[in-house]
Amino acid sequence: MSFQQQLECYPQTEIVQQITAATPQQIDRALQQQRLNIDDFSRLLSPNITDRQLELMAERAQRITRQRFGRTILLYAPLYLSNECFNGCKYCGFSADNHFPRKTLTLKEIEREAKILRRQGFRHMLLLTGEAPKVAGIDYLEDAIKIIKKQCGSVSIEVFPMDTDGYQRMVAAGVDGLTVYQETYDTELYRQLHPYGPKSDYHYRLDAPERAGIAGLRRIGIGSLLGLGNSLSDVFYSGLHALYLARKFWRTQVTLSFPRICPADGGFQPNSIVDDRQLTQFICAMRLLIPDAGLVLSTRESAELRNNLLPLGITQMSAGSCTAPGGYGEENRDAEQFTISDERSPAEVENLLKSRGYEAVWKDWDGAFLNKAAND
Amino acid sequence: MELIINGEAHEYLKPLTVQELLQQLNLNAERVIVEINRTILSPTGHNETELKQGDTIELVQFVGGG
Amino acid sequence: MDQLIIAGREFNSRLLVGTGKFASNQAMVAAMENSACEIVTIALRRVDLDNPEDSLLSHIDSDRYLLLPNTSGARDAEEAVRLARLARAAGCEPWIKLEVTPDPYYLLPDPIETLKAAEILVKEGFVVLPYMPADPVLARHLEEIGTATVMPLGAPIGTNRGVRTRDLIGIIIEQANVPVIVDAGLGAPSHAAEAMEMGADAVLVNTALADTPNPALMAQAFRKGTEAGREAYLAGLGTQRQQAEASSPLTGFLRNG
Repeated sequence: MSFQQQLECYPQTEIVQQITAATPQQIDRALQQQRLNIDDFSRLLSPNITDRQLELMAERAQRITRQRFGRTILLYAPLYLSNECFNGCKYCGFSADNHFPRKTLTLKEIEREAKILRRQGFRHMLLLTGEAPKVAGIDYLEDAIKIIKKQCGSVSIEVFPMDTDGYQRMVAAGVDGLTVYQETYDTELYRQLHPYGPKSDYHYRLDAPERAGIAGLRRIGIGSLLGLGNSLSDVFYSGLHALYLARKFWRTQVTLSFPRICPADGGFQPNSIVDDRQLTQFICAMRLLIPDAGLVLSTRESAELRNNLLPLGITQMSAGSCTAPGGYGEENRDAEQFTISDERSPAEVENLLKSRGYEAVWKDWDGAFLNKAAND
Repeated sequence: MELIINGEAHEYLKPLTVQELLQQLNLNAERVIVEINRTILSPTGHNETELKQGDTIELVQFVGGG
Repeated sequence: MDQLIIAGREFNSRLLVGTGKFASNQAMVAAMENSACEIVTIALRRVDLDNPEDSLLSHIDSDRYLLLPNTSGARDAEEAVRLARLARAAGCEPWIKLEVTPDPYYLLPDPIETLKAAEILVKEGFVVLPYMPADPVLARHLEEIGTATVMPLGAPIGTNRGVRTRDLIGIIIEQANVPVIVDAGLGAPSHAAEAMEMGADAVLVNTALADTPNPALMAQAFRKGTEAGREAYLAGLGTQRQQAEASSPLTGFLRNG
């Protein structure tokens, strides 16, 4: 069954109804299961969860995370290569509708940025672009990756969706992870929010993680942009999507992120607000659903919240981030994709982790271990 | 001529077909699977296939098993 | 209807029965009937020329039961493939229980030879049901190459020790996209129930039915145990409660300030 077919088995109105109608007994039962099924998971997303139940879920999430991941947090840095984009996503700072200086880093600039990040300690870098294949397409990425891999052993990408061939080229270039958010799984809302450009194709984007799996990427990251649509159904579908990928690509690690919508250049107003309690609940529920998934928390969230969510299941964090291309080397931060809340430097984050009994993992993987004729 | 049947040598005075062999051994042709020189014989080939000197024959049947 | 579906074929019974080791054909048939099974395994052996027995098949109604030949006796992939082809030549449907057990002491399945044989047999169009160690990664490999089920062992063949490999079978059940049939080592109806409660799709039993003074009654008990386990699984079992343990609340920050 394709993922699209699986999605159709869980219509949105029914799922939202199931989640919001969860009784205290159903939530209790779900909390007690050794392995969650998808219905248990839906109950754990319910707004009806009591503080006591939430605390119990948090404890389980912590226990599972410590068993699987120990007390370690992987630190990575986002590296924006280009903010050129042909999509008109209504909520994004890079939307083609927004007018500000567009920038695509030259190879020299890329090298400069990567070196800065390397000096800060990073060995995992996440490369980001908008969707402008003519300016920052696969060829450009291949060149960029060659340079960046000299500075770090692990490169992931969060760029425009590609065909399987494109992903295979990325694997050959040395990319080991891919992130692509569906933003929202609500097809009607998706259509409204992505009125033009390649990203308006819902299904092409939906199947991108699967194409990445077929191409052999080691890590696949997904997630919804919380606040765009109904967060209950979007988190549910993210969980369903993660399970689907984990079952189908059993050699691949799945990671989930929980980006919450926040002010962007276009002044977009979110449909709904996910508050801290709900965010906590979603993260813990996801940890219980998929004990082996990586859970990612970026610098969109405040330092204080990140500190508090740390013990509850997070396994990967960014630090000292800049979401404007070239922003590590330059002071200019005008062209940001979203506003950073947690402005602590990587060194500060590492100290914080230590103080909480966690070890910052700078390097968890190096493509050089693979006996490939890659660009080392 | 000598035939090796189920690992044991047997002497036969004149050439015979598989079907004749099974009859001589008192075996139900429908229940026995025949393999000659590591090639499985189709059931329809029983009365056509002539056995030659030195052929290695396996006669196999279904029995109880878990 | 809660049916077991293997290779697109539907079955009502989730209990598979092996026909080996029975004291007599009558005992074997009585066990089969009372188990309400629909699939029975059979083996291939050389005809004993000095003592040709009554064929097993004259006692088993092949219209009523799906005959599932096994490759027991095979010590490597080559032998297993050969046995499978022989079974197919006998006119059976191309279903095969793949069993490669080079170790004569415990009859444990050889993971490497099983994977090799499975790949060949799947390509030749067999519906392959592989008997395997309770290894979740091996199960993923077998499923990937196209076997119709996976059949992890509960305990070594004939030991009647139950679901000793419980934790690993739990992982296999969690991760499998094909039916999981727990095979070998199930000695009591409660073992069958246990496997089914965990979410196994079916169980296969032989020794426990053969090695008893009353195979018919034992088969009936196994039928009930299998059904009971399945129904409990579908109904949703309650679990042991867990209490909150942390000394300082992890979610306290949500309520402060």
